[in-house]
Amino acid sequence: MSTAASHAATPAPSPEPDRRDTAQGRSAGRAWTRWILKRLGLAVLTLWVVSLIVFVATSALGDPVRAILGKDFAVSPERVAQIRAAMHLDESLPQRYWIWLSGLLRGDLGTSIANGVPVSELIGAKVANSAFLVLVVTLIMVPLSLGLAILAARHRGGPIDNAIQVVTLALAGVPEFVTGILLVSLLSTSVFHILPAVTVLPAGAMVWQRPLGLILPVATLVIAVVPYLARILRSTLVETMDSDYVELARLKGIPERLVLRRHALPNTLVPTVQVSALQLAWLVGGVVLVEYLFNFPGIGAALVDAVRNGDFPVVQALAMVIAAVYIVVNLVADALSILLTPRARTEMVA
Amino acid sequence: MNRLAGLARDPKIVIGSAITLLVVLLGVLGPLLAPHGEFDIVGRPFTHEGSFLGTDYLGQDVLSRVLYGGRSILLMSILATALGMVVGVTYGVLAAYAGGWVDELLMRTNDVLLAFPQILVALLVLSAVRQPSWWVIVLFVGLAHAPRVARVARGVALTYVRRDFVAAAQAVGEKRWRIVATELGPNLVVPLLAEAGLRLTYSIGLIAGIGFLGFAADPGAADWGQMTNENRLGLLVQPWGVLAPVLVIALFTIGTNLIADALGSHAAQGDS
Repeated sequence: MSTAASHAATPAPSPEPDRRDTAQGRSAGRAWTRWILKRLGLAVLTLWVVSLIVFVATSALGDPVRAILGKDFAVSPERVAQIRAAMHLDESLPQRYWIWLSGLLRGDLGTSIANGVPVSELIGAKVANSAFLVLVVTLIMVPLSLGLAILAARHRGGPIDNAIQVVTLALAGVPEFVTGILLVSLLSTSVFHILPAVTVLPAGAMVWQRPLGLILPVATLVIAVVPYLARILRSTLVETMDSDYVELARLKGIPERLVLRRHALPNTLVPTVQVSALQLAWLVGGVVLVEYLFNFPGIGAALVDAVRNGDFPVVQALAMVIAAVYIVVNLVADALSILLTPRARTEMVA
Repeated sequence: MNRLAGLARDPKIVIGSAITLLVVLLGVLGPLLAPHGEFDIVGRPFTHEGSFLGTDYLGQDVLSRVLYGGRSILLMSILATALGMVVGVTYGVLAAYAGGWVDELLMRTNDVLLAFPQILVALLVLSAVRQPSWWVIVLFVGLAHAPRVARVARGVALTYVRRDFVAAAQAVGEKRWRIVATELGPNLVVPLLAEAGLRLTYSIGLIAGIGFLGFAADPGAADWGQMTNENRLGLLVQPWGVLAPVLVIALFTIGTNLIADALGSHAAQGDS
């Protein structure tokens, strides 16, 4: 961060365009800087609006004190007053929003109502667990989808292609928790009893220390995200295989296997990145039901618990985390797809 | 007309409609076929007493509960889808037709709304309203769909707004709303039906998911989503309490998704 000043003087080192067309190098760099600044500005603006919505939904609509005290609410007015003061509930709504937002910007996420622990302490390990889950799913999703798509495209119209098409289409719409329940009842109860149905961790342990408990949540999420990606990639591949330039490659006598690998496959790069990012963004929310199902100690299950307990500082923090990750993933996907599409690259510079 | 005939012959549409219709009939006529009442205790909890699917967490008949449990969730899913489609299509088509800075403003606002995963919208509302009425669920599931529908509708409308027939209608002096309704409308039907099929698939998933998390509109009532939550503890001893509703939901989503996929590929063909 100490070199920030020197960085500001020269345009940000933008990767691809500079190297490709040196004549336009400077303007390409400037176009990138402008694009990134514009998108970052929009992302910040979006996050700010998101914070407004989250705040209004969680604190303006319900009465948190009633939620915390439950039955005691009616009988102990002094407890009510105490909690109201501690949570600044007697301030005006804009003031409360400001207290919350400025805390958020300083990295202070507030204190959990349910057990009085700072929220950051409470959710730190859970964010790590969920991130690990999403990472593992992504690492399996991309190669598996590509593999299925290539397999289907190579045996186009044949039984393998048809089987892949039917299965992916059937699975594409099934809700993730439904898949999860079916997997549980198949693999850890009645039929086979091989995998744990819930993730049980000793206190303080992280999920990667118990890999067996990860299998079912990962499998559920993989089944939820792979079908769509595999279908898109297959149709891109098939479309490319029909195009003139691939036909020319065939006519030159290049073997089909090589045609696929050298000529058709590179064309799936952009859809792979775009749809993977889309699925990744979905996963950020998709973990909620799956984590709850498997009792997985991540942000999804924590969010459900916090909603149930009326622990609104935790709800606010987790909602902001989820929305922020969602926005960043989409931003990165847009940037990558411009970088990887030569046409979009030139359009942006021009 | 040719296109419609082609649709009716597509095996995906035929199979998808058959499955969807079967589940809808099960949901609608179920209560008439049920061997026991919705709340009748027919035996000890989580046993194989009652009819062939056994009993649930209270000893109620699982088969009867499944037959009773479809009406509310199907109706809510359809209403939520309809709401999301109406709001989203209106918004998206208006943006496409207005163009310029209005379009920019509307779509940027839409992008902000898209920053919320649907399940997050649901949980935020549930944190404010602990015991949602059925229409609250319909409202937020529908509104959570709207920004996604709007983006698709705008994209589809944009491909037509610049076409000659719209320009011709404008030149003749047709009113704007008439152009949208009579010239744009028919061209949007197939792609938007595809979107509606997809949204219906997600609606039932989301509404069942809310029930699965234990935030149902009417606790205790038979409902496919809620049943998965009620009977979870018995999964090891009496899996049918959870499996039966889950299988019906899976079947329904497979059916609607088949229809949506077939309509989507027809829309893509009609475009070229």
